[in-house]
Amino acid sequence: MVTMVQALNRALGDAMRADPSVVVFGEDVGTLGGVFRVTDGLTKEFGPDRCFDTPLAESGIVGVAVGMAMQGLRPVVEMQFDAFAYPAFEQVASHVAKLRNRTRGAVQTPIVIRVPYGGGIGGVEHHSDSSEGLYAQVPGLKVSTPATVSDAYVLLREAIADPDPVVFFEPKRLYWSTAEIDLPASAPGSGRAEIRRPGSDVTLMTYGPSVPLALEAADAATAELGLDVEVLDLRTLVPLDEASIIDSISRTGRGVVVTEAPSFAGPAAEIAALAHEHCFYSLAAPIRRVTGLDIPYPPPAYEHHYLPSVERILDTLLDLEWEEPFTRAA
Amino acid sequence: MRTSADHHETSTTRLLPSPVPVRFLDEDGRLGPEDERGGFAIPTDEALLETYRWMAIGRRFDTEASALARQGRLAVYPSSRGQEACQVGGVLALGSEDWLFPTYRDTVSLVVRGIDPVESLSLLRGEWHCGYDPVASRVAPQCTPLATHLPHAVGVAWAARRRGEDVVAMAFVGDGGTSEGDFHEALNFAAVFGVPVVFLVQNNRWAISVPLEIQTHAPSLASKGVGYGVRGEWVDGNDAVAVTAMLADAVRYARAERAPVLVEALTYRMAAHTNADDDRRYREASEVDVWQRRDPVSRLESYLVNTGALVQDDIDAVAKESESLAERIRDGLAGDVREGADDVFAHVYAHPPERLMRQRADVLAAE
Repeated sequence: MVTMVQALNRALGDAMRADPSVVVFGEDVGTLGGVFRVTDGLTKEFGPDRCFDTPLAESGIVGVAVGMAMQGLRPVVEMQFDAFAYPAFEQVASHVAKLRNRTRGAVQTPIVIRVPYGGGIGGVEHHSDSSEGLYAQVPGLKVSTPATVSDAYVLLREAIADPDPVVFFEPKRLYWSTAEIDLPASAPGSGRAEIRRPGSDVTLMTYGPSVPLALEAADAATAELGLDVEVLDLRTLVPLDEASIIDSISRTGRGVVVTEAPSFAGPAAEIAALAHEHCFYSLAAPIRRVTGLDIPYPPPAYEHHYLPSVERILDTLLDLEWEEPFTRAA
Repeated sequence: MRTSADHHETSTTRLLPSPVPVRFLDEDGRLGPEDERGGFAIPTDEALLETYRWMAIGRRFDTEASALARQGRLAVYPSSRGQEACQVGGVLALGSEDWLFPTYRDTVSLVVRGIDPVESLSLLRGEWHCGYDPVASRVAPQCTPLATHLPHAVGVAWAARRRGEDVVAMAFVGDGGTSEGDFHEALNFAAVFGVPVVFLVQNNRWAISVPLEIQTHAPSLASKGVGYGVRGEWVDGNDAVAVTAMLADAVRYARAERAPVLVEALTYRMAAHTNADDDRRYREASEVDVWQRRDPVSRLESYLVNTGALVQDDIDAVAKESESLAERIRDGLAGDVREGADDVFAHVYAHPPERLMRQRADVLAAE
């Protein structure tokens, strides 16, 4: 039995063993092993030269990583929590993402920026943002977000090996999810979506923390509505596996995007637009979105209003222009 | 990380800069009293003649680039007129393995570092890239977002040190840049981890229209070093003898002690922020006149002529060399920037997403 945290930890360790240019640093990643223990034991095994704590300064952490990358290192830095990554945004958007272009490829930035993200953990303010859309909109960056234990290992290894910079979003809520697998895990590479549950009536397009939710909703839809629901796990937002989205929607003719990120100008809007543009003649209903609300992420007692739920997904599925209206079983 | 044994200079007094800027020359280029020199020795004639040569070339380069900006050959040009001692002193202090981290105002320093003068103007000409190879030249792309390159300098010098290489990074920043968070974060990281970076603040007193008094209430920008446990030094930035002496020492110190140094060079931005700016809206011409009398190029020239190290033939030779460089950039920038649309897609990613390739195909088809 392996947890997602263990898979991520093993991915870091294996990458460091395989490539001496991989260095890990950030806040509390050394002696403590990270607040989520993702870097547990790395300083002990690889020494403080390869895994170390830094001052509490996210912009400095990413900025120093840029300089190290200019010297051929492969830094993997941790931002600790989604909202704490914002001070580094200028470094990420103006330098990590652009240095390759500004130097015509003479300088590469093979940096991985790990961002534990998303809600559903009862966190206080600034601990539950879904900011992946902000990064997905910056040319030059790749954006990954695993939903399974195997993907956590495989996508992180790929991110570290990637010559392009990757912002790696780790769903906090799934850190303690488990799988009966052996490490090192195997899975398809990045840039490819995976069908987690095949279906013929409608496609739920989702990623990261919302994948288990979508699977739960799909099961409920089958039980309560008799719908055959496909669940497509996108796995990476950049690059986005457009072909798999187009293929699935063309087959089912209906789709709902499920994300924790707010709806307005968010990843769900991009995915819905893509499906409309490419699958217009296959669609029996408009693509719908079930997302976080367009409000600051609320405190624990209120987060059930904010987060996509099985209930909201089922209600949206019911609303997809079916030829014969459904009545939900009790 | 440093161990406690590595902490060489942590006593406050040893980290503090002198209460007034270190200087060797008065405004007329005469050697001033020894007690103003901060204990630094006068550089050799050979070093100062090389400094003079590059300062004269730099001045001519700056004049030509300013003219080319007015003619529309450059998209924009931020002049460093009046800052030649820093532009040259900062580069000549470095060894060939060391790194330079310049800002958009430091194009002269690129030329001193040996970058082709036409290539050095790529960015300001309106190219999408910096023109030169930063790794081959050990010069980072000129940085536009203020102070954001300072942590990069720390990362580069740190990574080199990990490999046991003897590399110092020299990072230029302006007085405005010292107000940015990355200035603080870079100095802090460099100090905590013992990274050999010389942070050279060219305090030219103006950040576009905002004067120094609105950037800081500190007694000097150099005095900020002590807050990080970083040695601070304050120098008359228009005195090329003092700048040369101090920066050579700062690089030596950073290399030997594996520690950062913060040097504030007090200078003045003689021209407007760029050719697109109108400095009459925020400063008096009389202020510029005061600084005109402290011109670093003529000050060093007077000194070297007075000591007999520099004769008219040398001055003429440098003028001739400067003129041919000006001609070269005029010729080199005569044509328009005409790159194919393909180029702006070519280096965004090592492995570009399909979507990017589709956009590229669309743009190429429309070209």
